Amino acid sequence: MKKLLVLSTALTAVSFAAQADVTVMSWGGAYTKSQVEAYHKPFTAATGINVISVDSDNPAPQVKTQVEAGNVSIDVADVEYADAIRLCDEGMLEPIGMDALPAGADGTPAADDFLPGAVTDCAVSTIVFSTVYGYDNTKFTGDKPTTMADFFDTTKFPGKRGMRKGAKANLEMALMADGVPAADVYAKLGTPEGVDEAFAKLDTIKKDVIWWEAGAQPPQLLADGEVAMTTAYNGRLFSAAVSEGKPFTTVWDGQVYEYDLFVIPKGAPNKDQALEFVKFATSTQALADQAKWISYGPARKSSGALVGMFNDGKTEMGPYMPTSAENLKNALASSYEFWVDHDGELNDRFNSWLAAN
Amino acid sequence: MADLAADQGELLKTSDGRPLKEALAQAQSKAKWRAFMLVLPLLSFILITFAWPIAQVLHQSVYNPRFSENMPQIGEWFRTHPNGTEPDEAAYTALVNDLVSAGAARTVAVAGERVNYEMPGTRSLFTKAGRDAKKLEPPFKDSLVALDKDWGSPELWGVMRRVSSAYTGDFYLAAIDLERDANGAIRQVPENERVYVNLFVRTFVLSAAITVICLIIGFPVAFLLSSLPMRYSSLLMIMVLLPFWTSLLVRTTAWMVLLQSQGVINSILVWTGIISDDQRLVMINNLMGSVIAMTHILLPFMILPLFSVMKPIPPSYVRAARSLGATSWTAFRRVYLPQTIPGIGAGGLLVFILSVGYYITPALVGGASGQLISNLIAFHVTKSNNWSLAAALATILLASILLLYWLYDKLVGIDKLKLG
Amino acid sequence: MALPIYASPLERVWHYTFRVICGLILLFLIAPILIVIPLSFNAEPYFTFTQKMLSFDPTGYSLRWYDLLLTHPNVPTNVPRDAAWWSIVWKDAAWVNAAKNSIIIGFFATITATFLGTLAALGLSRPEMPYRRAIMAILISPMIVPLIIITLGLFFFYSSIGINKWGVPYLGVILAHATLGIPFVIITVTATLSGFDHSLTRASASLGASPSTTFFKVIMPLILPGMISGALFAFVTSFDEVVVVLFVGANDEQTIPRQMWNGIREAISPAILSVATILVIFSVSLLATIELLRRRSERLRGISPS
Repeated sequence: MKKLLVLSTALTAVSFAAQADVTVMSWGGAYTKSQVEAYHKPFTAATGINVISVDSDNPAPQVKTQVEAGNVSIDVADVEYADAIRLCDEGMLEPIGMDALPAGADGTPAADDFLPGAVTDCAVSTIVFSTVYGYDNTKFTGDKPTTMADFFDTTKFPGKRGMRKGAKANLEMALMADGVPAADVYAKLGTPEGVDEAFAKLDTIKKDVIWWEAGAQPPQLLADGEVAMTTAYNGRLFSAAVSEGKPFTTVWDGQVYEYDLFVIPKGAPNKDQALEFVKFATSTQALADQAKWISYGPARKSSGALVGMFNDGKTEMGPYMPTSAENLKNALASSYEFWVDHDGELNDRFNSWLAAN
Repeated sequence: MADLAADQGELLKTSDGRPLKEALAQAQSKAKWRAFMLVLPLLSFILITFAWPIAQVLHQSVYNPRFSENMPQIGEWFRTHPNGTEPDEAAYTALVNDLVSAGAARTVAVAGERVNYEMPGTRSLFTKAGRDAKKLEPPFKDSLVALDKDWGSPELWGVMRRVSSAYTGDFYLAAIDLERDANGAIRQVPENERVYVNLFVRTFVLSAAITVICLIIGFPVAFLLSSLPMRYSSLLMIMVLLPFWTSLLVRTTAWMVLLQSQGVINSILVWTGIISDDQRLVMINNLMGSVIAMTHILLPFMILPLFSVMKPIPPSYVRAARSLGATSWTAFRRVYLPQTIPGIGAGGLLVFILSVGYYITPALVGGASGQLISNLIAFHVTKSNNWSLAAALATILLASILLLYWLYDKLVGIDKLKLG
Repeated sequence: MALPIYASPLERVWHYTFRVICGLILLFLIAPILIVIPLSFNAEPYFTFTQKMLSFDPTGYSLRWYDLLLTHPNVPTNVPRDAAWWSIVWKDAAWVNAAKNSIIIGFFATITATFLGTLAALGLSRPEMPYRRAIMAILISPMIVPLIIITLGLFFFYSSIGINKWGVPYLGVILAHATLGIPFVIITVTATLSGFDHSLTRASASLGASPSTTFFKVIMPLILPGMISGALFAFVTSFDEVVVVLFVGANDEQTIPRQMWNGIREAISPAILSVATILVIFSVSLLATIELLRRRSERLRGISPS
């Protein structure tokens, strides 16, 4: 028995880390890595506060679950725009506000430095990311897919497709593939007929789709040959293609882009450190540094000027950014107004659609 | 009886003069009590960490205070006015007051979400009204309806009346694809929204299929193991027990490695020229993936009970049947098979019960078509945050499992459960 | 099962076909587990045997995935592997930390389950035990009720009592894992006790031993094998459990299965296979231990090995 006690104390002793670290929940894989390099490490070096990184398929529902259960362990979460608004509406986030944020490196006040709409009551944008689709070059020897319609055309481009398991971005893409101009997509999706049309389009490839949940999955599905084409976050495809040399091509036609934001859940255990972290991570330099690691556009204008090469020292980042003029030719800005209102019902519809055979 | 005893006068007594019967009863109740005290710590532990949490699931499935807690005044109006009362100005005043206070407390979206479960598309109605309600002027009926005409809809008022009580059976209706119409009558949800009944059916059919497959392929192996001499059978037994002892995730990973399109099986088939490179079989991320991996994982649970029943069956029975002229098939069917029924029952129920609740394996290899009811329960906890629906689905699943468990106990006896 | 001499030709054919079928089924059981072992030494990041592996070219094999277990995610790789490097591994390597957490949780869950379970099994196996069958059914039920339901209940329960604010790390997961392990302890210990000769305790008592002496000197040595194999079952249950950890474990309570779950969903690199290989070796040694214990128990109780 005595031995047991000694052993158990020893076991417990090894496991306790220092407290008052900031826990940041983000999307994992190459994206989290870029945040670790650009935000976490410099933040720890500057303040001595450790940053614990937690991966998630989508941090927003977890924030909601934790706040509702009164059991919050996350200090900072990385969420999509519509979720940031919804969570803020529901009183599940700590307010941050523009006033708390530092001016840009060139002295521009935060309010002018951030891109329009990038800062809300409870959330601060870090980057602009995009949902695009990519394909494996080796799967298509003749014609290559170039448009959103090609993604839905399994006769011309046979093979499995990967799509995110959820309504958002898929419905928009389905409509654009069906010939709806980007500018009209949300007006159309606001009508029952538009929703039916989108689902009907998804129906045409339903049997060929493999659904992914975590952002790191689609490049893996492509690499494993499980799918021939897949929707993905543009930065993930970039990382696989440029840093790992995979033969993937990104198709920008019909891309759906939006902000990604940092939020602080209500009742976060280390609220003050969390706010420090958000301020640090959304500063001009940190945002510019992130672009060295992944192809997402910084949310501050002052950072844009500092974006240069990828960390390999030879890849110009510009053409890989969702916001470059070339890539914006047929692009859709994701509408948070639409998704704040319709997220629940469209996801319910999506799930029943998915479950029905 | 007592009279009779008194008549006899002389009762058997212990050395300290007490009646023997009484002393015995006392000793026995003491022994009983002692035995019970040994069990008590564990029983209370289980009650706290297992039974009580499950009771909370049951409670959550009929209890949802999201609306009632955040909109108290309109709830009061509903309580004082019977069903069917046309909402008057007092009702609208109560509603607007609630919207204003919930809007300020940032809980209006929570209340809206509860209504949204019953009536999709209403969440935004509440959030918008929560933002704007403080600017409204009386009469509130007109000003609120002017804000959005949906506030005058009788259907919305019907739903609000129902959700204003925290206790409800509606989540059970939702869990079997039913809903209430504007008048409160129960009807099926529109066809493109039906999910759960299909999923329950799929879960039970899939579990039954896996049970049957396990029985078909487990029976011969158990038979072989029980009929071989000890030194061979214990060697072969290792091949059954090793998977049993190996981590579930390891086994699931192994199947991913084997089944995926660039995986071992497809590579071998391509390499040997049976299929060409562009014809690789799709065996994962679909129902087939779930069935194969779950069969592999659950097979030992079939083989082990079968083996323990077959082992003691003397081979002389079948020999006797043969010597009496039965063909080998008849001898098997009429003599051997009936004796293995307890094992078939035990193994079958065990495999079925375990597979009905599977979550990890379908989530990893099942794709969209291989998802089971557990996966949807998990979805409602972590993604859609509809805990009451998750709890209602869980309760239905639990009830069917307990029914099977009870059956198992009746047929097999829970104390006969053996491991390894 | 030797073939009887009166077997007809058809029966002979069936006899051998039957053995082939059984062989294939056993192969189905064992092959997936064994296949991960060679693949974990793949020098390439693929899940299939490369040409070099098939021709036993040493360059086709490598330990890089095992190495990754020590360095993932932030351990420097291009420095000499001295004591300082190992201490970084011990502190920072995700898999090493997961292993530590798994062992801590498994250890405490096993102790709790074994202690309470053995006590209860002693009570349950007494003939005087009231409501034996009903209580047994309750105590076994954590094994039967689907994990997702238990997890859902614990999720509600732990949030209602705010267990994470108590400042006891791992507590929620340990209690849950102890609950899951208890049925195994009950089953194995009552099985050992079922062949227990109660005249031994009476003999001990008649020779003047106190109840506690009887327990420690007579009962305990006899049921010890059952206790240990129950404890091993409980430990493996905890060591393999991922659903509870996923739903109620705190963010820093990463265990090996949880780390595997994350890894599988994101990118199943052969690093997962090297973990799998280590776990397979682990289960082989557990299996061997159980078998030795069973034989010892049977010998002690005077039952010839069956």
